[in-house]
Amino acid sequence: MVKELEKVDVVTVGAGWTGGIIAAEAAKEGLKVLSLERGKRRGTKNYQHVHDELKYALRYELMQDVTKETVTFRNRPNEKALPMRQMGSFLLGEHVGGAGTHWNGWTYRFMPYDFEIKSMTEERYGKAKLMEDKGYRFQDWGITYDELEPYFDKFEKTAGISGEDNPLGPERSDKYPNPPMVKTKSLKMFEKAAKELKYNPYMLPSANMSQEYTNPDGEKMGACQYCAFCERFACEYGAKATPEVTVIPTAEKTGNYEIRTDANVVEIIKDGNDKVKGVKFVDTVTKEEFIQPADVVVLTSYMLNNYKLLRVSDIGEQYDPKTEKGTLGRNYCYQTSGGATGFFDEQFNTFMGAGALGMTLDDFNGDNFDHTDLDFLHGGSMATTQTGARPILSNPVKAGTKSWGEDFKEESIKNFTRTISVAGQCATSPHKDNYLDIDDEYKDAYGLPLVKLTYNFTDQDRKRTKYLAEKSGEVLEKMGAKHVDVFGDLKDYDIVPYQSTHNTGGTVMGDDPKTSVVNSWLQHWDADNLFVVGAGNFAHNSGYNPTGTVGALAYRCAEGVIKYHKKPGRLEK
Amino acid sequence: MSDEKQFSRRDFLKTTGAATGGIIGGSLLGGFIGFNLNDGQSEQAEQNKTDGHSEGDKSTGGSLSDKTRVFFMTDEDFNVVEAAMERIFPESKVGPGAKELGAAYYLDGQLAGQWGSNAKEYMVGPFYEGLPTQGYQSNLTRAEYFMIGINKLKSEAKDKFDKAFDELDEKDMDAILQDFQDGKVDMGVPKKTATSSYFFTMLRAATLEGVYSDPVYRGNRNMGGWKMKQFPGHQHSYLELIESDEFQEIDPMPNFGM
Repeated sequence: MVKELEKVDVVTVGAGWTGGIIAAEAAKEGLKVLSLERGKRRGTKNYQHVHDELKYALRYELMQDVTKETVTFRNRPNEKALPMRQMGSFLLGEHVGGAGTHWNGWTYRFMPYDFEIKSMTEERYGKAKLMEDKGYRFQDWGITYDELEPYFDKFEKTAGISGEDNPLGPERSDKYPNPPMVKTKSLKMFEKAAKELKYNPYMLPSANMSQEYTNPDGEKMGACQYCAFCERFACEYGAKATPEVTVIPTAEKTGNYEIRTDANVVEIIKDGNDKVKGVKFVDTVTKEEFIQPADVVVLTSYMLNNYKLLRVSDIGEQYDPKTEKGTLGRNYCYQTSGGATGFFDEQFNTFMGAGALGMTLDDFNGDNFDHTDLDFLHGGSMATTQTGARPILSNPVKAGTKSWGEDFKEESIKNFTRTISVAGQCATSPHKDNYLDIDDEYKDAYGLPLVKLTYNFTDQDRKRTKYLAEKSGEVLEKMGAKHVDVFGDLKDYDIVPYQSTHNTGGTVMGDDPKTSVVNSWLQHWDADNLFVVGAGNFAHNSGYNPTGTVGALAYRCAEGVIKYHKKPGRLEK
Repeated sequence: MSDEKQFSRRDFLKTTGAATGGIIGGSLLGGFIGFNLNDGQSEQAEQNKTDGHSEGDKSTGGSLSDKTRVFFMTDEDFNVVEAAMERIFPESKVGPGAKELGAAYYLDGQLAGQWGSNAKEYMVGPFYEGLPTQGYQSNLTRAEYFMIGINKLKSEAKDKFDKAFDELDEKDMDAILQDFQDGKVDMGVPKKTATSSYFFTMLRAATLEGVYSDPVYRGNRNMGGWKMKQFPGHQHSYLELIESDEFQEIDPMPNFGM
């Protein structure tokens, strides 16, 4: 017997960054907001003994329970997809805060070029450069950087970003709310070498607080202690901007917000042809089913789950790679890393650091360099970071060294404090054969099909990654490394080793319903009171971390939700 | 140092409240008390380290020997896996190997728990042989997989050298392990069920975890893995040191203090 609960104004699926931002903004406007979160409640008090590499970095304490739900995966459409039985390539979050709890905090703004990549490429190089005949499907996002700029600014202030001006960056309406983090020896070496090479280094924009900070909503964050347990961990000082120290308390203090934990949404309930009525969820403890009606439904879970809920609820048309009809599941993209490791004689304090402590440069990102003679578009941000090396996962040895035995032991121990890496975090190109669907064999713990991921790196991705890797190696040579190993040759995409939790696409935004799922307000083309927000909205992935842009889109979406609630209907740009 | 040793460890913990709460820096504590599971026996354990035996079972106050096991039922199996881990991470110029660091005890605890039973993974069938890029597709739990692998280490030693694995010369152990890594050993089950190379991958990973994880997991004894690697373990803050160009040598601290 499914019990129907009392209607709320807004329901969000999940309580991470996007759900928290929607909740804070809508609740401040007086709307009654409920977040349905399938995980548990947690916060800074739970993180007081977080310095345990095994538990958090290898056993994924903060991550999604894949016994209940995972994805199936294959490289190519003609292969059989099999379940990702253990997490590896990407680390999905769970519980209040979502992946926003265990992130590192690198907080970039995507470039003007990203949002208008198709028209700007065509204008500068001609239509052939888009390589549509080779299956690439670049498209504009239906929004410009200038239109998004106020939302970037808002997110950076909420999250207390520590940073300095990017010499190659776009116009900003204001500076970062906090000064940049400190420079360590390796960062200073990178800066000097990059400047000698006539590049434009700047401190990586960081959501680790360079000083104590109170955000515009009155939320206080501590100063980062550089304790070196950030990525895959949570902060015991409340010094990393996460939903649970910012937007969630902001929403809660209005009195208009509630989080229901242990609530796994399994369906969006349709109401006629152009609206939704609410969502159905399962209490994960009692297994009871409930219907939660709402004026507005906002999908704010990870991009894979946002896609899945639309698909299993039969909202929108599934993308088919053969006919290229349908938009749901289209333009799945990822991120690659092309970099190099330098071996030095001197020792560095590699075990100190912070998740987003680094220096970066955009000389080889976007269209900041001429692509006339290159057979790929876009590029990547190059950076050296000092995120804190930990002993189980950090065992640097020169290429060709045996992976076990006495040499391995002696070398990996010696190099633990004697290596510096420089890497390009690269964009990936949308391709017609890379997409999301649902699996016809494997199911989750609630009887729903798993998401089926078909993905491989494209030729453009391979060339771009190699290009950034070689440039990174040159910087390390300039920094004085005695030996440099360059890692730029991508093989088939492999779901086993960790690469990046920067999965994008599947619920793409745009101004044409033929090539997008949501409009520029992140409002679904087929249901006016349904919004879908997150990295799934990206029509391709940039050479940056996604969260800054996800945060900006969430603030825009929140504005859309409030507008819609005042005056229901299709929102115009 | 010698003055400090007059404190008993137990008294010290009482007066500092286990040291995890307030003391910033941690190096204050790191120097003079070696972490050891057999409470009150750290000096004794230090003396016994040279001959590889611990007298932990003589300890008072109901604490346990550091040689207790829960997963491996026979000494034979335990000795084989301990010897294999020692070859992966041997005692060398820089310091102790996997055996002295207790990596096999770490593995014993892990195989008996969630990790050994794949309790945090999607283990729903059907199970097919996948491509390498699709990752683990076996229906076996790690505990089952490890026992197939260990039995195979034993039978390879017997077939090739007519000896127990842990009694082989180092070079012969290495040759067998190399065959495992190269996938040359027939595990006696279909490839989709188990391969020798994946067993080796898990054994290598468990060895590194056993020598470098927090001592609460029973490996990394006396924080010897961290000391070799100059990793300070759990420190509350590096705020005062982060901008220093000098390399900092800091005595390690475990997650829950000493």
